[in-house]
Amino acid sequence: MTVEEINVVRPLGLGETSGRRGDEARSVVGGRTGLFTTADLSVYYGSFRAVRNVDLSITEHEITAFIGPSGCGKTTVLRCFNRMNDLIDSARVEGIVAYHGVNLYDPDVNPVEVRRRIGMVFQKPNPFPKSIYDNVAYGPRLSGIKKRNDLDDIVERALRGAALWDEVKDRLKASGLGLSGGQQQRLCIARAVAVEPEVILMDEPCSALDPIATARIEDLMQEMKQRYTIIIVTHNMQQAARVSDRTAFFTTEINEESDRRTGVLVEFDRTETMFSSPTDERTEQYVTGRFG
Amino acid sequence: MALTLNAQRSSAEAVRASLTGGKRDVRGMLFMAALLACLLLAMLTLIVLLWDVVAQAIPVFDKRGTSFLTGELGSNPDKVGVSQGIWGSLMIALFVVVIAFPVGIAAGVYLQEYAKPTKLTRFIQLNIRNLAGVPSVVYGILGLIVFVQGLEWVTGGRSVIAAGITLALLVLPIIIITTAESVRAVPAGIREAGMGVGATRWETTRDHVLPYAAPGVLTGTMLATARALGEAAPLLLIGAITGRLASAPGQSIVERMQGKFTAMPIVIYGWSNEVNKPGKKTGLTFEDLNAAAIVVLLAVVLLLNALAIVMRNRFEKGRQG
Repeated sequence: MTVEEINVVRPLGLGETSGRRGDEARSVVGGRTGLFTTADLSVYYGSFRAVRNVDLSITEHEITAFIGPSGCGKTTVLRCFNRMNDLIDSARVEGIVAYHGVNLYDPDVNPVEVRRRIGMVFQKPNPFPKSIYDNVAYGPRLSGIKKRNDLDDIVERALRGAALWDEVKDRLKASGLGLSGGQQQRLCIARAVAVEPEVILMDEPCSALDPIATARIEDLMQEMKQRYTIIIVTHNMQQAARVSDRTAFFTTEINEESDRRTGVLVEFDRTETMFSSPTDERTEQYVTGRFG
Repeated sequence: MALTLNAQRSSAEAVRASLTGGKRDVRGMLFMAALLACLLLAMLTLIVLLWDVVAQAIPVFDKRGTSFLTGELGSNPDKVGVSQGIWGSLMIALFVVVIAFPVGIAAGVYLQEYAKPTKLTRFIQLNIRNLAGVPSVVYGILGLIVFVQGLEWVTGGRSVIAAGITLALLVLPIIIITTAESVRAVPAGIREAGMGVGATRWETTRDHVLPYAAPGVLTGTMLATARALGEAAPLLLIGAITGRLASAPGQSIVERMQGKFTAMPIVIYGWSNEVNKPGKKTGLTFEDLNAAAIVVLLAVVLLLNALAIVMRNRFEKGRQG
């Protein structure tokens, strides 16, 4: 499915209540060059709808932040962008996630190829229980790079890209698990950039880190956005304000079918606008710390 | 004002008093003592049994030397030995390794890693657990009907092949369960990390999940092998030889595997039924020989376990990087 076709498909999925969002989505798809465009995206876990009717567009070489209270579905949406939800058996995705105009949820899309192009950094640093070198070289090896020299270059470049090279260059053979939490997370970033993805998804990458390690990763993100498009989920509003170009605010609302709450996208705009003059009252309450 | 100060002072004293000179946790200590007593009881039983057996076995090794290990089944306590028992038990272990290990590990990985968690999957898992609890005699009947009688043209009837396949089936559920459990214990982060850099499910399983689960899997296979080596009941049904087993010289390996056989537990069982008359030369009774046979069986099991532990430690080192 191409972006153009989304215009055709979209009205079919339009409910009365989502009319406003629908118009926005259409103009986005037709106009701005969104690297990702979602249309009427809903995710279910079993019969429970975790997040509903998300329409947003991600711009290239920008940092987009997803903020919102717990359970608002921001991580769930993030994991749609590289088909990571496939790993959860009960998860089911409805709607469209278009990447370069291809709906990632089309049946003929290969999720493995998707994940090579769209890397991910997880909430808890999760290096493989292998050496630092093997952690970074794993992805390139999978895509068939075997020559020692090539791998050495890639590993160095990736570790430099993650601002970790100087700290580990003398112990590349040591276990990745022997590093500090912040170093482990930067190792995971190096592992993600080693396969030269176009996009890097970050799921609360600093939530397990101390302020100094967090600052290093935030600086790193600013450098990285020259080469990559970054989407970051964060619990920390200040972090979103500091690092991101655009911010999407999600919240939860009462679900008609069950007493569990469903996540919705409230507002999506440039970060300055979101934090200074948001349109929606709920956004304002959240960013000023009055709830969430 | 004075009142609050007073209150503070007295409360500080109260805090100090409660911090020191408290009552001992009598219940906790009793509980600990009870736990320790249970542990000691278990250890003591084991040690007494082992000591009893080893003490009785020492004269056998002393007087018979290696002839006990190389001798064959018979009725003369001066001449009999366990060579055929060792051979049979090692053959059974071989069948377990060749059949039950790969099939069991593969099935366990499939159940945990690939099968969708449907009702059918849960039903199958439950039944595999039940299979692990089926009495071994039942497997003996299965072996008798299927492998001894049904597949006689392959197994040669009452042979070590029939016994090996039967015992491999007997321990298969144990291996499947322990494999599935160890694979389940692999942190989700490891899988996500692998898939996240573009590994396929197979690559993730091969490169990350299996190495991480390997120590647990090895523990399972170790237990399974020990169980197979210790089983006597199914072998009796299949028709392991207890009395006298003359080896035919010049047999090929296949002929020997299709022929009459025995195994260590059967040797022990058989000798416990022999008349307890001392041998003329050595003065050893079958009861003494039995103790020695038990020591040999334990040694074989311990040897295989030691091998597995060495391998597990190597995998665990790998887990740390």
